[in-house]
Order: sequence, then structure tokens, then C-alpha cells
Amino acid sequence: MERHVRHFQEELDELKGRLLEMGGLAEDRLRLAVRGLVERDGPLVEKVLVGDAAINQLHIDIDDRCFKLLALHQPMAVDLRAIVAAVKINTDLERVGDLAVNISEAVRRYLQHPPVKELIDIPRMAELAQDMLRDALDAFVRRDPELAQHVLTQDDALDELKTAVFRELLGYMLRDSATIEPALDLILISRHLERIGDHATNVAEDVIFMVSAKDVRHQ
Amino acid sequence: MTTPLRSLSTLTAGQAKPDTPVKIAVTGMNFFYGATQALSDISIALNANLVTAFIGPSGCGKSTFLRTLNRMNDIIPGTRVEGTVTIDGKDIYGPGTDVVDLRRRVGMVFQKSNPFPKSIFENVAYGLRINNLATNRGELEGRVEESLKAAAIWDEVKDRLHASALALSGGQQQRLCIARALAIQPEILLMDEPASALDPIATQRIEELIYQLKRDYTIVIVTHNMQQAARVSDATAFFWLGGLVEYGPTETIFTNPAEKLTEDYVTGRFG
Repeated sequence: MERHVRHFQEELDELKGRLLEMGGLAEDRLRLAVRGLVERDGPLVEKVLVGDAAINQLHIDIDDRCFKLLALHQPMAVDLRAIVAAVKINTDLERVGDLAVNISEAVRRYLQHPPVKELIDIPRMAELAQDMLRDALDAFVRRDPELAQHVLTQDDALDELKTAVFRELLGYMLRDSATIEPALDLILISRHLERIGDHATNVAEDVIFMVSAKDVRHQ
Repeated sequence: MTTPLRSLSTLTAGQAKPDTPVKIAVTGMNFFYGATQALSDISIALNANLVTAFIGPSGCGKSTFLRTLNRMNDIIPGTRVEGTVTIDGKDIYGPGTDVVDLRRRVGMVFQKSNPFPKSIFENVAYGLRINNLATNRGELEGRVEESLKAAAIWDEVKDRLHASALALSGGQQQRLCIARALAIQPEILLMDEPASALDPIATQRIEELIYQLKRDYTIVIVTHNMQQAARVSDATAFFWLGGLVEYGPTETIFTNPAEKLTEDYVTGRFG
């Protein structure tokens, strides 16, 4: 019997494509915001601040697709889990987009001051957060629970970096009160990056649920 | 007084309107089996190249209404129709309508597959022969193959075209009946519970076929399986007690119907 592809499957693939597109946009915006910080590029940061519309539109579009697929196709088993996962991943990616905006706002303020210090850990955090996000989305597309599991193990490293950033900046602030304002913005940025890692973790957990029906949250 | 024509273009404010023309327009239809009125004042416009599903509880009139669209009820004694049904603007109940020609243009597939007790090939070739739609054997064979392919059954039967149609499985027989209906190149395909006697896999194949066929045909399907209506159709009409309660894009009917009665039915609160 010839393989017969249900049009439902095509719509599911289309949904996944949209999620990837959204993930790509969120990742781009994160990258630009952090580059703006490292290179002290104000105009670049302003670009991130105004460019949220595409992600917001996808946010609505993806939810709408999920809603219709659930209502009209009554998916079962792995298909059902994929759509429930998509709804949740959609929310996480939209939050990542928002956090990129929050980072840009903090960078904008930060750039009004002379640099507190040479930035080492924050770019490292950004790279790690981007890796986690990319791996989580790859795991989603490839239905790869091992890659998703790998994302979960990286989250601790991000948390540790955040704590290290805080301790170091606390030292600067105690020594020189003029650094308090910009240092607080750097602490905020590190916190936003850590939150992005949490969202990547959520995505990875949803992938594991989608593929193996195991709920690995809160473990 | 009859209700105004209900069409997708007037009912879908703020939503994508179908970009196909109206194929079938029914106005003020009343239908009687003897003294019993089965349909009251139905007015509805069905668009070309869409799948329109009729849903509703048993006895709501949806099958009766389907059968008015190719005058299949004419063969039941004591029935009476009021109102008009136009296809491409021409009244099919008007004088001068050739009912045989009408049924050639408006094909039908029934709940229970009903192949002729003949070979697979002959089932499909029959309509072509009696309508003189093939001038020679080669053309006949070509049209049979085309129809079997369009009904997504060719690969399963191509090596046994001269075996009895009755040896096929239920799902295959139903697709053969669809091929038979397609062979004479209708414009409209009416389907009355085409998958209700089939298992889930055969049902899925029929549903996928319906989805493919709408490119070339206008399809009207009656189903008491609401989920099936949701999966296959573009527009849905909900019938209740012989009346048309609501008609609109399928996604609206199943996600946000305008009528409380429709909502109660699609959520399984009655019916």
C-alpha cells in the first residue's frame, strides 16, 4: 500500500516550521542585544527595541494554529502531545523575545555610563543561553530526547555564572558607588539571560514529554 | 415568508471569505413525506470546490436535504418539495430539467457501498458506456484508470481489474463507488455517511480522498460523526428538527458557534 500522507501531518509540519521561525527570531534578537552591549553599539540596541512585532504576530498565529488543530482534528497520542508541547513552547519563545527587549532596555541605560569592567561572564552566559535555546529547538525538530536532556544539564552552569556575575559586581559597587547604577543593569542583564536559560529548559522538558510522554519537570 | 439566503459571505464577518463562487443555492425549501414536514424553510448557498458538511442528530433532515440536491427523493412516492434549488443559477426543479442529466452532474455516494455484482472494471465502465462517454475501448480503459486513480484505489486493484468488485474490502468497495461516481465527471458529489460503515483506517483514507477531491468537485457530505465533519469540511451546516440552525466556516462552528443550540450539539450536550 502506498504511503499516504494525511493533510493533518502537513499542517503539523507547518506548525513546527512556524515555531522554528519564531525560535530563530528570538535567538537573533538575543544575539543582537548582547552584541550591542559588548560592542557598545547604541543604534543596534534600538533596533532590538522596536523589532518585536514579528515575534508577537507569530505568537498569535501559532496559538491559533494549535487551537484549530485541536478543535478540528482531535489528535491522539504523539500528535496530541506535539500540539500541547507547541502551545507551551510558543509561550516560552515569546517570553525569550520579551527578555531580549528587557536586556536591550538595560543595555540602553548601561551605555549611558562608562564601562564598569571588561565583560567576560555575561557574553559567556549569552552564548550558553543561545546554545541551550538552539539545542532545545533542534531537539524539538529532530524529536531527540537526548539532546533535550543535554539542555537540562547546561542550566546549572548558567545559574552558576549568574551568581558569579552578581558577586563580582557587588564588589565593584561596594568599592565605588558611581558604579552602582551600571552594575545593577549588568546584574539585571545576567538575570534576564538566566531566565532565557530557564525558558530553554522548559522547551527541552516539553520535547521530552512530546517524544516519550515522560514529565521530567520539577525533578 | 422565507428566510433570506444564508451564505458564507454574509455569515463570516471578519473572517476569510471563500473565494469560490456559489454552486448551489437553495431558497425557502419545505419538504414533505406525505403529511409529515421533514424540512422547513431552508435557505442556504453552497460554494464550489469546498467541502460542506451537514451535521445534526438523527432525523434532523440532513439526509433528506442532501437528496433534494439531485432530486433523489423524487423516487419516493408521496414526497413534495417547495422552494427552489439552483445549480449554477438554473432551477433544478424547474420544467425542462432532465433528471438523468442532473444526476450525471450531481453524483452520489451512499452509506453502504453498493458496487454492481460485476468486475471492478465494469463497475466504473458502466456509467461511461450508458452515457456514451467513451468512443472506443482505449478511451474507456483510460477513463476507468483515471477514475480509479482519482478515488485513490488504482494501486490496490490495477492487477485484478476483472475480478469481482464484491471481493473487495468494505473500504475498497466504497472507494470503488466513488470512482464509479467520478467516472462520468460530475460537478458535484453528494456523500451520505460515506464512511460510517468503515473501520478507522478505511475512514481516514476516505476522508483524505474527500480532501483531495475538492480541488475538482463541489462536495456535500452528510455525517453524524461530528469529528469527521470537523476534519474534512470547509463549511458546516447544523440541522435540527428539519430546520437549518447555523451555517458557517467549519472552524467557527466547532470553535465558536453563534447559536447556543449549535454549541450544545457540538459539545455533546444533546443529540
